[in-house]
Formats: sequence, structure tokens, C-alpha cells
Amino acid sequence: MNIIIVGCGKVGSALAEQLCRENHNITIVDTDREALDSLVSSLDVQPVYGNGTTYRVLKEAGVDQADLLIAVTGYDERNMLSCLVARKASKKCEVIARVRDPEYNEDSDFLKGELGLSMVINPEMAAAQNIFRLLRMPSALDVDIFENSRVNMLRFRVGNDSPLHGHNMVEVAAMAKGNMLVCIQERGKEAVIPSGSTTLFSGDIISVMIPFDQAGPVMKKLKLNQRPATNCIIGGGSATAQYLAGMLLASGVQVKIIDRNRQKCEELANHFPSAQIVCGDCTNKLLLSEEGLEDTDAFVCLTDQDEVNIMLSLYATSISDAKVIAKISRINFEEVVDKLNMGSVIYPKNITAENIVRYVRAMGNAKGNNVETLYRLADGKVEAMEFVVQEGSPVIGIPLMDLKLKRGLLVCSILRNGRNIIPTGHDTLEAGDTIVIITTVLGIRDLSDVLAAR
Amino acid sequence: MNIAMIIYLLGSLMEVEAALMLFPAAIGLGYGEKSAYAFLVIAAAEALLGFLIIRKKPRKNTFFAREGFVTTALSWILLSAVGALPFYVTRQIPMYLDALFETVSGFTTTGASILNNVEALDKCMLFWRSFSHWIGGMGVLVFMMAILPLSGAGGQKLFLLRAESPGPSVDKLSPKIRITALWLYGIYVVLTILCFIFQLIGGMDAFSAICLSFGAAGTGGFGVLNSSFASYSPFCKWSCTVFMLLFGINFNVYYLLIMRRFKDAFKMEEVRWYLIIYFFAVFTILLNLYRYSHLFTEADVVDAFFSVSSIMTTTGYATKDFNLWPNYSRIILVIIMFSGACAGSTGGGIKISRLIILVKSVGKELKRMLQPRTVKHVFLDNKDVDHATIMNTLAYIVIYLMIFIISLLLVATDGYDTTTSFSAVAATFNNIGPGLNIVGPTGNYASFTWLSKIVLIFDMLAGRLEIYPLIFLMMPGSWKKVSLTRSSK
Repeated sequence: MNIIIVGCGKVGSALAEQLCRENHNITIVDTDREALDSLVSSLDVQPVYGNGTTYRVLKEAGVDQADLLIAVTGYDERNMLSCLVARKASKKCEVIARVRDPEYNEDSDFLKGELGLSMVINPEMAAAQNIFRLLRMPSALDVDIFENSRVNMLRFRVGNDSPLHGHNMVEVAAMAKGNMLVCIQERGKEAVIPSGSTTLFSGDIISVMIPFDQAGPVMKKLKLNQRPATNCIIGGGSATAQYLAGMLLASGVQVKIIDRNRQKCEELANHFPSAQIVCGDCTNKLLLSEEGLEDTDAFVCLTDQDEVNIMLSLYATSISDAKVIAKISRINFEEVVDKLNMGSVIYPKNITAENIVRYVRAMGNAKGNNVETLYRLADGKVEAMEFVVQEGSPVIGIPLMDLKLKRGLLVCSILRNGRNIIPTGHDTLEAGDTIVIITTVLGIRDLSDVLAAR
Repeated sequence: MNIAMIIYLLGSLMEVEAALMLFPAAIGLGYGEKSAYAFLVIAAAEALLGFLIIRKKPRKNTFFAREGFVTTALSWILLSAVGALPFYVTRQIPMYLDALFETVSGFTTTGASILNNVEALDKCMLFWRSFSHWIGGMGVLVFMMAILPLSGAGGQKLFLLRAESPGPSVDKLSPKIRITALWLYGIYVVLTILCFIFQLIGGMDAFSAICLSFGAAGTGGFGVLNSSFASYSPFCKWSCTVFMLLFGINFNVYYLLIMRRFKDAFKMEEVRWYLIIYFFAVFTILLNLYRYSHLFTEADVVDAFFSVSSIMTTTGYATKDFNLWPNYSRIILVIIMFSGACAGSTGGGIKISRLIILVKSVGKELKRMLQPRTVKHVFLDNKDVDHATIMNTLAYIVIYLMIFIISLLLVATDGYDTTTSFSAVAATFNNIGPGLNIVGPTGNYASFTWLSKIVLIFDMLAGRLEIYPLIFLMMPGSWKKVSLTRSSK
């Protein structure tokens, strides 16, 4: 597909990198020549220098040949204008805009319906949704939901006292009575899809597939905390914090927001009468313990400074058992951050990019590509995707143990007639099933791609 | 410096060259020449060696500008060093240095020869000489990018494209570099075939038509006869004139035309100036010839159009010994040797777009001296030329002059007259081929000493690759693991 990205910032570059890897033709537009140059020196993309809201520049970027335009500059108005120009310039060009202002966000249906935007993405909102999910499942580092298959994928660290420690996959499956499947095992830098004889040790980070309705019992068996957070301290009153507070309050969680800025606190107090707003420096240890960090269920670090968020969450994990989540917007050292024992980390730019990539794959979907949902896991080394098995697919009717799948590929959930099956080698795939596949072979677009080449 | 990656790329290059050598081998076998086996043996050995190298994929994928420059320089040196072997092992050119000179001259599309009698070579050797023009014209690394799915991120390919393609700022035609390379080669192939057909129509035999079309396409200049282009029909000369001019035009124009973006295509300032300079040179030479020659005939008109086209696009075919022309005409030819063709074409020289940027920025600087508070930008094709490009162009001109002067000094030690030494350096550094006097259209480079030949080989490579890759290859800094510049006190 021909894709134009307007805005070569954090999200723009992350998007370009992912879409480029999926072999799309990317043209990226920005007024910052240096940003363009540095991107072009590492990626196979076409840079266009200029203002992406003007017709002239968009035409130079090839808008009349483009299938999709993604506007991710730092300004909502520019993004929308850019999308409008593209819509008018070309009939077939779909448009996606990043709109982060809460006021505009309320208009998102209007924007989609009347202005012809295919998708409106709000990074703060998306991040808040992710955090909210994590707080519902506090023992997990990450939660990915496969809505159609009605399964969750939970990622967590195997603790020292975990019953999983020292057991191989066959034993683990027996332990959970077949309601759970270990999909990815990460140890150090390695991420592997485990086989039957793989043994888990404490310190491993594993991702497991659990049906929605089995989540409680299975987690209980694994001695994991399954109680959703009932109170939460949020450090920093950023936009993400506000979205999150709204969601938490609506589901009956007590919320305490700490922010240094008096004016911000007044606004928050006005907006969330039922939340407790504390005006103070959340890097102050005394203040944190006074506000009950040791005893809280959850602590979310959402200040505007990544460094502060990292320090805060390290501190919080060291003194309390609370679920700790930190937001990192800018810093690019994911490998290092992953090594720190600091709870869950949320990268809004990756979430945004992931959402858009998912949409792009779905666009390809209409053109004969049938991925329903896609998640990129373990630092992009593994992909999880959802398919619907189509009539006449070559995978139908063969027991999984006899199916010649590519190496590093695992079928980990089957939804048939509304009932979820965690598959074993004897199960077969049938037309109409919704299945989830985990794979280290990146860029699979169609179910027929899963078979090993003959 | 990612040496493993560079070696890997060189390995792939060897595979490509081995494959390309099969063409002259086939021609040779067709004519029943024994020397064809030399191509087969060398190609087999090279393919084997290349295969052993590329079996091991490099672990690290990092590839930046300096790797790009060094890879390009080494690729061309390797390409020439191996490409010279067939001449040498068959004893058609008994000295390896001479064979290397001839091959470098081929790949860099120079067309400067050390052969006294071209016609004595086997057909497959003649083909290989001309074929090397064609390969070198668009660039062998661009070719590699078009056909081989090179692994790794896109950045490395861009650095290679930038290092190999001529011009002050190299842009991709389409988002994917592989598609860009395919487009460039597609246009190149189609134009070459058209050129070939026109030569056939003009009554040329098929073998000469192929060789000369390769030479015109790559703006090389090796002929198959001692008399270069003189003995062919006027139709051949006219059509060759036009095709040489076409190959000297920035290939982006053709792409824009195919994409039906006519406005953008005709907006190209560089092409406009290219044609203006061309016609100016032709007409002043015609006037000059009309005034000084006793018998001004139709043939003189053809010769003027042909020679200016040949020299300006840095091809170097000759229909007439322009060395015998009056002085003014000879000076004009020497001047357009330097201007060269358009950036993004197969031609050499300084490139018209560099000259435009140079003149415009000098104009800007003069204006600034008169009115110091003026803020003014340099525009090319109605687009703002960014400061880095201007500085790069200025630096290029300076380094160009420095290398020119040093080369001239070294070549002058051979003791030939000023015109010969000067035009020899100019004709090789700008990838033209024939110069004036001893190295004129009827002469050759055989009589130079080994030192001069090495200098001229360097000049040809530097001219084709636009200097920087060779300079960086020789700078110890680019080979260090961590590139640091020592602070000067």
C-alpha cells in the first residue's frame, strides 16, 4: 500500500518503522529537515520536505496515488486539516488523524462521520485504556485482549514462590486443567515459544492465554493476585491521568491524584469531584508515604517527565506491594527499562503506532488479507494475531499435531460455537473458527501463510 | 566500521560480476574465439569465491554513511581489478596495469584507451569493453539493489545509492529504493534498446550497434574501430548525437514524464541550462569553423553537433579529429569537458546542477556583501536549496580543483606539452576519454609512464564516484572502530 505519514515525530517515526517492515511504500512529510534526514538514513522511506497541510506538498508526496494518509503532527488542527485536504484531493485515500485534545475527542464520531476520517486516535486515551486494563488484572505486566476469541493474554513474571517454578509445559497444562496455555517465554533477551519440555523458572516472564471466564480460577491456582485494584494513586495530572481517573471513577475505584501545579489541581478538583486531589510534589518521599503509598493497591506514574516516572516506579516497587505502572513517552532505551524491576511500563507512542498498524492490516484485510486483531509482543519479536478460518482453507480438518506449521508458530486459542478451546495436538481447525496464533515469524497476513513451505 | 557487512556486500558484487561476464563469454563462443574460455574460467572462480563469502551473513546490520562510501569505493576497485583479468590472461593486453587502465576506463565510462590498434582485439574483448561502459553508467551497486533483495534496513541502500549516483543531492524516485533502482534500470534499458535500433536503421552491423549503443548509454566512448565513429553513416551520427544528449539528461525527467507529471518535468532548471549550453557551444563552434576553414561542408555541421554532444555528455566518441579544429573551438570543447552532463544521468564532469548552485550562491554572496542585511536563499527548480547542500557543493568544487592540480603536477612529470597533460587529466577526471594533442581522438594513453597511468586510473575512479568515496577509503579515520576526530590545538 502507498501510505503517507504527515509528521516525523516520535509516533511518526515509530509508525514508519513498523509499516516499512510490513513492506508498504511510505512517504513521510515534515518541515523538519533534520528529522527527515535521520529517519531516511535508517529506513527505506521517501522523505518530502514541507508543510503537510498544504495541497502542494501533499501532491508532491503523491496523495493521488496514496491509499492511506496518517496525520500525526503535534497539532490536532493540522492533523485534521491535513486529512481534509487529502480527502478532497483523492477519493480513494483513507485518512487517520491523531487528535489528543479532550474537547475534540468528544467530536470523534462527527469527525469520522462527517469529515470522512477513517480513524481518530488519541494516544493519551489509548494509554489510559491500557493502564485501566492492567489495573483490573494487577498481577499482569501486560494484558492483551482478543475480543472475538474471548481470551486474554496475560504477561507476568514467574515469582520465587510461584507453583510454576521448575515445571515443564505438560505439567503446567495439567495444573491448570487445560484452561491455560503458555505462549511466550522470555528469559533475558530471548523470547521463545515454548515446547512441551520447556521448563519454567522463577524470573522468567511468560505470556499465557486464558479464556475470559477462567481468568479468576486459573490465577488463583497460580497464586496470583486476582483482585482488581480498588484504590489507586496517580502521580501527575497529565491528560492520560485525567482519562484514566474518569475510567477508574466510573468503575468505582477510589482515585487520588498528586500534582505539583496548584492551578492544575484546581482544574482536576473541578472536573473530578469524587476524586481526592493532592497538591504536592510526588517526588517527595514523605508526601508519598503520608498519602499512603505503602498500602495502596495501585500506583500509576504519569508525570510529564519519563525519568521521574521511572524513578518513582522503582521506588514504589521497593517499598510497597502495590501494582506499579509507569508511562514512558520519549525515552528510547526499552531494553534497559525492561531489565529494571519496576512493574509495568506503558509506551504511548507504541500503543498509538500499534493501533494504527492494526488498522492498516485490517485495510489490507478487505483486499484478501484476513487478520482480525494484532498485537506485537516481547519488544516486537513476537506477534499475536486473530484469524477467522475461511471455508476451503488448507488448514481445515487436520489435527494440529499433524499440521505442518512454520517453526516458531503456535495456535493458542480456538473459539467454536461460542465456546473457547485451549487447543492440544488432537484438536482440529474448522471453517468459521476464530483462532489466535502466536508467532515469531513476523508479517503473516493470511492464514495460509502459517503453513511451512513444501 | 562494520567490516563484515562490507565484505558481505563485496561478495554479492562478485556474484553479480561473474554473472555479467557470461555475456562476453557467450559472444566469444558465438564467434568461436578461444578467449571466451578466459571469461568462463574467471567467472567461475569469482562466483565460487563470492559464494564462499556470502555464505556467512554478517551478524550486525549497522550501516552508515562511511560504510556506504567505503563499500562503493572498494566495489569499484574490485570490479575493475577482476574485470581486467580477461584482457591480461589472454595476453590481448600484455601488461596488467594497461589492462586495469582499460577496464577502469570502461567501468567509469571514460573511454580512454591505451590500445594502439583496437581492431586487433577479439570480438568478446571488444564487447566486454563496451559492456563495462553500460554496467558502469548506471552503476553496479544500483543494479545490485534492483535485482538482489539485500537484507537489512533501508538505510544502507540509500547510502550506497548516494555514494554511487552522481549529483549534489540524490533523491529516490519512489518510496522503496528497490523500485527506484528498477525504474532507473528500466528507463536505461529501454533507451539503450532504442539507440540500438536506430543504429541498425542507420545501416550499422549488429555487433557494432550493440557495442556503440552500450558506449552511448553509459556515456563511455570505447569504439570497435580505430576510427571511432567516423566511418558510419550520417544517420547513425545524427541519431547517436541525440541519444548521447538524452543519456546526459537527469533520469528523473523520464520518470516524471512516464508518471505524466509534465509540468514538473519541464520545470527542471538543470536540463534547460544543459540544452542552452549545448546549443551555444555548437553554434559558436560552427561560426568559428565557418570563418577559419576553407571548405565548410555539411559534414562539418554533423561533426560540430556530434562532437559537442559527445564531449559534453562525457562520452568521447569522435567523428572527426577535433584536435585539428581552430583554437577557439578546442577551448570550447575543453570548457564543456568540465561542465559535464546533468546530475542523475550517466554522464560525468562537475555536473550542470552543481554549477547552477555554485553560480547562484556566489551571486547571493556578492549581494550580501553589498547589502549585508539581506537574507536570501538559493533556489533550484523553485525549491529552496538547503544550506548543507550548498556547502557540500562548494567543498566538492574545492576538492575537485585540488585533486585536479595534484594530478596535473604528477602527470606533467612525463614531460609532454601543457595541452596534452592538461587535457589528459581533464579527459580522465571528467570521464570523457579523448583529450587533445597526443591523447586526442586519434591518439591514446599508451605512452604514459606507469606513475601517470596510476594517477589517471585514480582520476577516472574519483571522477565517476564523485571523489568522496575514494577520499574516505584512504582516510584512516573511517577505518577506526569508533570514528573520532582529534581536536586541533
